[in-house]
Amino acid sequence: MTFKTQMGSLNSYQKGSIELNDDLKHYAFSNIFEICNKSKPYERVMVVSNLEYAAEAIRAEGSSPWYTAPHDEFAIVMDGEIEFTFFELTDAEKPSHTHGATRLKADPKGKRMGRVIARRGHEVILPQGSAYQLKAAKPSVLLVQTSMGPESVEKWSEICVLE
Amino acid sequence: MNMAITQNAKIIASEPDPILGYRKFKFGSFTFERDMYFVHVGWPKGKHTIEVDRFLRAMVRDIGWGFFYGWIFFDDVFGTQNHYGTVDIFAGTYSRGHRDTGVDLLETFNTDDVRVAFETISKNWINEGYDPLRAPMETGSPLGPKTKEASGPLIRGFEPARRMMGLPGDVSPRSDASGHPINRAFADMDFDKPTIEAEPGFEGKIHAFNLYDHIARADVTWNPSFTSITRACICCVTSEEHMLPVIHGNDRNEWFIQLTDEIHWNIQDKNTGNPRGRIIMKSGDVCAMPADIRHQGFSPKRSMLMVLENGTPGLDEKYANGELEPFPITASRW
Repeated sequence: MTFKTQMGSLNSYQKGSIELNDDLKHYAFSNIFEICNKSKPYERVMVVSNLEYAAEAIRAEGSSPWYTAPHDEFAIVMDGEIEFTFFELTDAEKPSHTHGATRLKADPKGKRMGRVIARRGHEVILPQGSAYQLKAAKPSVLLVQTSMGPESVEKWSEICVLE
Repeated sequence: MNMAITQNAKIIASEPDPILGYRKFKFGSFTFERDMYFVHVGWPKGKHTIEVDRFLRAMVRDIGWGFFYGWIFFDDVFGTQNHYGTVDIFAGTYSRGHRDTGVDLLETFNTDDVRVAFETISKNWINEGYDPLRAPMETGSPLGPKTKEASGPLIRGFEPARRMMGLPGDVSPRSDASGHPINRAFADMDFDKPTIEAEPGFEGKIHAFNLYDHIARADVTWNPSFTSITRACICCVTSEEHMLPVIHGNDRNEWFIQLTDEIHWNIQDKNTGNPRGRIIMKSGDVCAMPADIRHQGFSPKRSMLMVLENGTPGLDEKYANGELEPFPITASRW
């Protein structure tokens, strides 16, 4: 017997269903590929919110701004190929906020740490103390384990199944 | 509700049954015995029967998960609740028929005592050739008399990463070298490696690995492994096939992200067990499991699931006393 593994993508995905005798807002059911088909490049759309913690679905396309966060973040590539470039933060660039990703005001001035090229199924650390930039030659999809921060976008009513 | 607290409980084993070979056990007010097909759980006012495969699949996961977050229902009658230092074993407490007739029992024990008790029972009742952590099509039968006790570890697949899997000094992803070949159900997938180019002095500071490859090599089902942790946010991934052999009652919100294939979830009210409906999650779907439900999953083909947990201590009490609403997105955010 052979198996066929089903994996969604920007170009091809099937959304599941939710049939409950309950308020569907409590479940916030959405689909990452559907969201990223409608997102602007590098819009960090929250799809998970658990008190201060979050996961963001990101459409990677072209070059992103430079981001940093006051804690580790982790990125899982869900579709396509993404290049991550890392620089060490200087003391002056270290974030003063407490949660989530924010943009650097200018290109990073610290030492270049290196880069990672990741494809579907790869998980990448976005380490505390670094700045990172993403690049994708073709539209790609990323899920980031993080906290809710200045760059997080909430649009639950647009992305969730409500009836 | 009938409740008791038992400190320093020790499990007491009988002599082996002369015909079937299994031992019977007493732990606190509960008794446990098995025959060829069933496990019989007894307590002073009641007795309950569970099919042996279901009981053992639930028990070894309950041990391996450290009693997890909240309630683990082996079925609608029997299970455990984690209080993070103590564990309740209950029978009928969340079953209206038992409770209304006063035959329920909830007994609280120290966590380590329950772990030792459950390990003792499992070891005696699991025969070689049967592995309750594997999918049913990948293991033998638990039915029949005692043969030879299984010698492998009861619990595996749950060694947690401390920061991120594969970082220097942290837990390694599964591989051929660790004895974990790609599972038959994911043999059609391609597993390449990310390209990592660290500048001198930053080796080990930047890192990536193939998460899907790690999941595809799991030799266990419905048994999550921590892969990355930021503060108290824990990312767990699992390979799921057949059915979740417990019904999980949430003591906090958790989130599911379906990575491949699909899982069908039955949703029930946490306190009554009444059905609320069902959710079918497909690749790319995201769904919260609120703090006031029970859920049980069914995966027709082996699939990959990511679960994001909030491990902040004390959250269970904040949800239980109403300080936090039992769902993640409060009204003002819609």
